[in-house]
Amino acid sequence: MSRTILWVVLPVLLIIAVMTAFLASDPLRSLTGAVPPVEELTVERTLLDENGIALRVRAGGSEPMTIVQVQVDGAYWAFTQTPRGALERMETAWLQIPYPWVQGETHHLTLLTPSGVTFDHTIDVAVATPTANADTLRTFGMVGLLVGIVPVTLGMLFYPALRSGGTRTFQFVLALTVGLLAYLLIDTFGEALELAVEAAPGFQGSTLVWLVAALTFAVLMAVGRRKGRALAGVSLATSIALGIGLHNLGEGLAIGSAYATGSVALGSYLVLGFTLHNLTEGIGIVAPMVKQRPSLWVFAALAALAGLPAVAGVWIGSYAFSPHWAALAFAVGAGAILQVIIEVGALLARNARDEERLWLSGTALSGIGAGAAAMYATALLVQI
Amino acid sequence: MQSWFKYPVTRRFLLGVGALLGGTSAVRLAFGKAPPPYPQDDTHAAQSNPAGGHGTHNGMTTVGEVNNARNGFDPHEILTDWDRGTVSRLPDGGILREFEITAEDKEIEIAPGLLFPAWTYNGRVPGPTLRVTEGDRVRIRFRNLGSHTHSMHFHGIHSARMDGVPGAGNVPPGGMFVYEFDAFPFGCHLYHCHSIPLKRHIHKGLYGAFIIDPDPDRHPEQADTARSRLLGSLENARWQEFVLVMNGFDTNFDDENEVYAVNSIAHAYSKRPIAVDRARPIRLYLVNVTEFDPINSLHLHANFFDYYDHGTTLSPTQRTIDTIMQCQGQRGILEMTYKDHEPGVYMFHAHQSEFAELGWMSLFNVRDVALQQQASGE
Repeated sequence: MSRTILWVVLPVLLIIAVMTAFLASDPLRSLTGAVPPVEELTVERTLLDENGIALRVRAGGSEPMTIVQVQVDGAYWAFTQTPRGALERMETAWLQIPYPWVQGETHHLTLLTPSGVTFDHTIDVAVATPTANADTLRTFGMVGLLVGIVPVTLGMLFYPALRSGGTRTFQFVLALTVGLLAYLLIDTFGEALELAVEAAPGFQGSTLVWLVAALTFAVLMAVGRRKGRALAGVSLATSIALGIGLHNLGEGLAIGSAYATGSVALGSYLVLGFTLHNLTEGIGIVAPMVKQRPSLWVFAALAALAGLPAVAGVWIGSYAFSPHWAALAFAVGAGAILQVIIEVGALLARNARDEERLWLSGTALSGIGAGAAAMYATALLVQI
Repeated sequence: MQSWFKYPVTRRFLLGVGALLGGTSAVRLAFGKAPPPYPQDDTHAAQSNPAGGHGTHNGMTTVGEVNNARNGFDPHEILTDWDRGTVSRLPDGGILREFEITAEDKEIEIAPGLLFPAWTYNGRVPGPTLRVTEGDRVRIRFRNLGSHTHSMHFHGIHSARMDGVPGAGNVPPGGMFVYEFDAFPFGCHLYHCHSIPLKRHIHKGLYGAFIIDPDPDRHPEQADTARSRLLGSLENARWQEFVLVMNGFDTNFDDENEVYAVNSIAHAYSKRPIAVDRARPIRLYLVNVTEFDPINSLHLHANFFDYYDHGTTLSPTQRTIDTIMQCQGQRGILEMTYKDHEPGVYMFHAHQSEFAELGWMSLFNVRDVALQQQASGE
């Protein structure tokens, strides 16, 4: 035992010794020379109110960074920084700029560091950032319900029809679920990676997205099969609802933040588009339960699990949005969706095997195609 | 879904907000009374306007103050610190003016906290304002202590050998060259480095004003006017003369200026206005060396001026104008008076709003100096 400890302590001591010697002797001095420090600045949040424009920035310099001047629309402008002073790597600060921004128009901001390097940030469409009060909470909550709960519940209403169908119908609906989940998986990864690019480079966003998605997938698979059996029935439906719920959380974040940053207006047409787009999700959730007869509260609970996260997403997205957190939410969603694709696919395969048919039947293929196509087609409604 | 975040949305979509949001309109969203989520800072005014301010910028300004001591030059001193050289007599009785100029690399602060890796004449941008008299023999010992080849190309009359271009007076690092010529014609001129690449050598800071005062004896028909331009004469003493070199700095080297100014320091004369005596006339030696932009300009508020293009005439080339534009290398003399105005702070700036908002914004503080002296004497 003591030998084992020694073989842990010794390498650690050696690593520390090498690092100390390296820093003390600075053998790369000749390479660094007069090269200016690497500077990186990411704007994570933008708030517009009657006081002007406020930005939350995150520094990512090789040395502490200072913001010395701020331009708004090509004009130097007064600003206050909180906290003041140089920003350490990954440290954040708020910049408050008393600029008379114009409703509905575009504003360009440029932040300058001592070396004259510029960092640009564009506010596409200036709208006042919503403030958190009962009114806006209620309104955004309603948007979340329309995007999450309503379509899932409406989709579930197909359940009796699904039950009346035969084995072929069951297989078709399962395949449909796989198709819609495949669409959601691609879409979720796309969103996650896009947000990862917007996050501060220090977070290594894209790597984080893949790692978190893989980890989520592994954990959910392990939890789901802890009893050694593949998922089916209500437990599979619960997994699907969870995966879709996580996706809807991300969707809510996107809607909330897009509204808050003025990059989209929450027109009724757009929100109804989301409602229609998410309708298929309800069918997917109830599909594995066609051969059972669960009580009504199970449906209600599943609808809540899949739909309510959208409400939370819209709230968080409109008030406290940061690209790295949103990317993380989407990554978790992607991992969860991958898990249910595997499980639904396994159920589909088992079902086909019981009937001594290939799982890749015409029914299955058309189901997958129909699911993905339905999602794709309804997505056109929310492309703006 | 994919393009949610980047989508440029047309304004009419904003109008769609209403229907779904029911009774809650976007306007109410905008003006909810909850405290803003960013920290509130009571010391706002103090930090954003350390100079005390004159209430003219309304927030449109650089924040903080430039350390003139660190730069080694003060934009207010540059306005009037004529370099007249070391004067001696030539064997034929003429005047010889000798100047020592060195080119050196130097980091200068062009706006508060904003540093620029400049190339300078005598450690300052613009370089020293050389002021000689028409017909003087001018001798400039130019030493290059910089890291690149440099030269001094004078706008004036001289031989090809003295032109300060590649092949004639181009000086490698560590080298030296003596430029010599007779000062002609009188006017408001400039000098700058003419080494290649030309654009970079100029925008890095190698330029300065070169003023040749007219010799009254050579212009008997307008001797009084000539004397008023001749530094050191009695007639000249009543004039308040300032040199203004319009320039810009491309701090991120994308061939666009981040800072515009006169005499390099953004907002130097709007944070601390140039004090002038209401009773005495004002003469501005205006030089444009702004790189990357085709023209620069000066617009005077609440007043008009006479303009002498290149300063090479004793009668104005344009009368009663309030805006003048110059291409790069163009320059001229502006003459104005505030004697019939009420005292106060009067603005002047580039009438390209962009340049004004990026630092080329200035103020005259017009005062009654005699009255003030009386008051302080009591």
